[in-house]
Amino acid sequence: MARAPLTEAELIETYGPHLNREPKGGWDRDIQIDKVVDTHCCFCGQQCGIKLKVADNAVVGFEPWYDFPFNEGKLCPKGVKRYLQGSHPDRLLEPLQRTDAGFEPTEWDPALERVVDEIHRIQAAYGKDAFSVISGSSLTTEKTYLMGKFARMAVGTANIDYNGRLCMVSAAGANKKALGMDRASNSWADIPLAEVVFVAGANIAECAPITTDYIWRARDNGAKLIMADPRVTPLARTADCFLGLRPGTDSALMGAILNEMISRDLLDHDFIAEHTIGFEEAAAAVAEMTPKAAQEITGVPASRIEQAAELWGRPKTGVLLHARGIEHHSKGVQNVLSCINIGLAAGRYGKPGCGVMTITGQANGQGGREQGQKADQLPGARDIGNPEHRAVVAERWGCSPEDIPQAGLSYQEQFQAILDGDIKGMLLICTNPMVALPDTNMVKAALEKLEFFVVIDFFLSETAHHADLVLPGSLHEEDEGVVTTAEGRCVKINAAVTPPGNAKRDWEIILELANRLGAQRYFPYEGPEDIFEEIRKVSAGGMADYAGMTWDRITAEHGLFWPCPTEDHPGTPRLYEGGKFAHPDGKARFIPVTYQPAAEQVDVDYPLLLTTGRVISQFLSGTQTRRIGPLVDQYPEPLVEMHPRLAERHGITTGDLVRVRSRRGEMTAPAQVVETIRPDTVFVPYHWANGQQANLLTNPVLDPGSKIPEYKVCAVQIERVTTGGTPQDARDTRLTTG
Amino acid sequence: MAAIEDFFDHPDAIGIGDKVYVMDPSRCIGCNACVQACTECDTHKGNSMMHLEEVDRASSTQTAPMVCMHCDDPTCAEVCPADAIKKTEDGVVQSAEKSRCIGCSNCVIACPFGVPEYYEEFDMMMKCDMCYDRTSVGSEPMCTSVCPSQALWYGTIEEFHATRPGTLSNEFQFGNRLVTTRVHTVVHEPGPLDVLLGRSFEPSVVSDPFGFDEIGLPEVVG
Repeated sequence: MARAPLTEAELIETYGPHLNREPKGGWDRDIQIDKVVDTHCCFCGQQCGIKLKVADNAVVGFEPWYDFPFNEGKLCPKGVKRYLQGSHPDRLLEPLQRTDAGFEPTEWDPALERVVDEIHRIQAAYGKDAFSVISGSSLTTEKTYLMGKFARMAVGTANIDYNGRLCMVSAAGANKKALGMDRASNSWADIPLAEVVFVAGANIAECAPITTDYIWRARDNGAKLIMADPRVTPLARTADCFLGLRPGTDSALMGAILNEMISRDLLDHDFIAEHTIGFEEAAAAVAEMTPKAAQEITGVPASRIEQAAELWGRPKTGVLLHARGIEHHSKGVQNVLSCINIGLAAGRYGKPGCGVMTITGQANGQGGREQGQKADQLPGARDIGNPEHRAVVAERWGCSPEDIPQAGLSYQEQFQAILDGDIKGMLLICTNPMVALPDTNMVKAALEKLEFFVVIDFFLSETAHHADLVLPGSLHEEDEGVVTTAEGRCVKINAAVTPPGNAKRDWEIILELANRLGAQRYFPYEGPEDIFEEIRKVSAGGMADYAGMTWDRITAEHGLFWPCPTEDHPGTPRLYEGGKFAHPDGKARFIPVTYQPAAEQVDVDYPLLLTTGRVISQFLSGTQTRRIGPLVDQYPEPLVEMHPRLAERHGITTGDLVRVRSRRGEMTAPAQVVETIRPDTVFVPYHWANGQQANLLTNPVLDPGSKIPEYKVCAVQIERVTTGGTPQDARDTRLTTG
Repeated sequence: MAAIEDFFDHPDAIGIGDKVYVMDPSRCIGCNACVQACTECDTHKGNSMMHLEEVDRASSTQTAPMVCMHCDDPTCAEVCPADAIKKTEDGVVQSAEKSRCIGCSNCVIACPFGVPEYYEEFDMMMKCDMCYDRTSVGSEPMCTSVCPSQALWYGTIEEFHATRPGTLSNEFQFGNRLVTTRVHTVVHEPGPLDVLLGRSFEPSVVSDPFGFDEIGLPEVVG
């Protein structure tokens, strides 16, 4: 019974989030800098280069890394203040075990032994797959490879998945289907060369801030900017053409643009004929989706859709960038395919200034899925169900293909399986489902039902509150390895400090467990570079081929783009050159997309659309950023964004407390009344916990292909909460009572 | 204490020279990277000399950064009774000298741009010195270094015109007084082109982002 051992308030009192505001020792200490370490930010998929200043085995500040080509010194506020996650009062320094009185410290040896005993007990009683593993994409590729191999070859479970499942898997699935390969088609260097930039469902300014500069460089050369979003985000404010669509109607919008491109003959006929198949079927699927028809569905004026088709289709070059706004849907794969279709129709692949790219959200969003911790993939982005792929990996691992479990359950499905009684034990690292998964009430019920739950983390996350055992792992700056960025660029993370107290590097913990589970022979590593060398061998010949990369090359060349099959291969920043796609016949597929509505529609009881997302100063589930004072100051708690026309109907003004309710739960937060959102839609950012999870409301329905949850649209109702005081009184009361 | 220049290898390390600071609020995304980075400076630890304002959040996501404009003829220095504000030979108006500043706030009141602030905990005025510790040895100010959208930019006027459109302006008229500054702002030419009509137009996103003028307001039943 993985119930939280104390009240939430008591856990927060002891383990935070507390706010760190100053470098170790305070601002006034005369700090002697011992070294400056070239590395990357620990947060998003842009992976900005950064120099960390180190004093007394603590990171105490940063310097811009001007020479790193992706960001040339630029950073967002999270990168600037990232160092405050180190030397933090909330840092876990020793293993913790649950007792009736709360968590108490324990030693590594009995803690690890207990994990092994519980894995054995649960698997003996309920079967191998009753113990599951959930991992994350903020880990280095070495660790993500290790997690996949650990789950399959040491634990022997099919049920390993990762939090990239909540991120960009819809794009991964669509790219594989249409183009034969799961990677952004181009490096970001192609963005400034484009004559038009189309951003669909991506709040670039807040979620991929450095990309803003790439887009402005294109615009400096005369490029036009089209943005599709239900909100006028900071970059959308300047767009040449803004498409303020209703959440959940993305493929209708893209279908209408394709329809209009056909009407206006804005097609690259030669490209379509030589390099693609299926255009006629894709065209037929949007034959009825005229701009006028799409206006009815999307709420975007037909004239704007025509404008967008002209702006996108007329030039010779153009890039389309998309992210969670179109991908977090039960039709996420279809939405991405509808973008790929307008990319293919305009011939926008394999050429300078062209490309259709997803912007991965996490540090290792790309690398974290391609080397073996995804439920349905083996290293090298190989398919776990493909006998040939299984045989290659088995041969290189020195096992029989039958030893490798088949595809397991995806992240969200694992939580359903706990409720169904099929999963009884779980090891979780680098993810915080109590904030990050949809339908928080369901997640909590599932965690409380586990017979054994072990969490590896550096802070006591809201999910770790439910653990039987918490093992203190490593922060980003305490370990080394590689990550692959949104661009497909594999970069080197360098350790700046060693783990504090009795904390261990994550891979050390996993190796210890693998050994105690009797699987030593599969894990002969002295350190992460040994793991990387194995990734090179195992990925060789696979889609995500790292064989030609070495840590030294990656460092010297400021990153390498896969595929990179040999040590004299320069890497592949731009895919599909010459119109050669990754399908065996070299051709891309148009996949017909017929608009289908979101799973949950508005009705009399829940008459408004909710969409969720991020703010610039917080990252994902906030385990790190809710502990960094200057970032918390910037946006302390979630706000319910709504249009004045909607607010007026409810007598709501900015700062009033608003209760938002869906069929699954409710949450309360102050209103932010702004004209920059559609009047039929409310927006809540999702980074917070303890009753302020936007995910209390969201719909856990999954895309049938990618298994991504539908975070971006569900039906809600709102009401003003009457507190009797001023908005400030309400806020004071709320913050003091938690 | 290690010196700043020990830590970086800036490609253009030749001092301030003829470099200027350029602000283009149209590119600002309100991310606060400049504000947060400014607080990391050794000379005003934990305090930002950079200001970032929301223009009117109720109607727009427009934000505006504001930095010391580094006037050629600085009013703050003129009105300082203690002669605490100095301008360097290379044109940077320094923050108040701690040993001289008497905390009278004359400069705070007099600055036409509203930049200097009085800090009670130090009993003195502090303001941006264009990261003189960095720029004087050839590096960039911290805010322009980190700015993700390059709304804040640092370099020569020639480099600016070679890479970006817009007219630079550093002349500001306050009543009868013309103030010229080291910091330049960007004045943009008429906006984007309507590709259907073949003429420039005011992007609709500014006044009517969702196109309600054309299709009417959506029914709000909530």
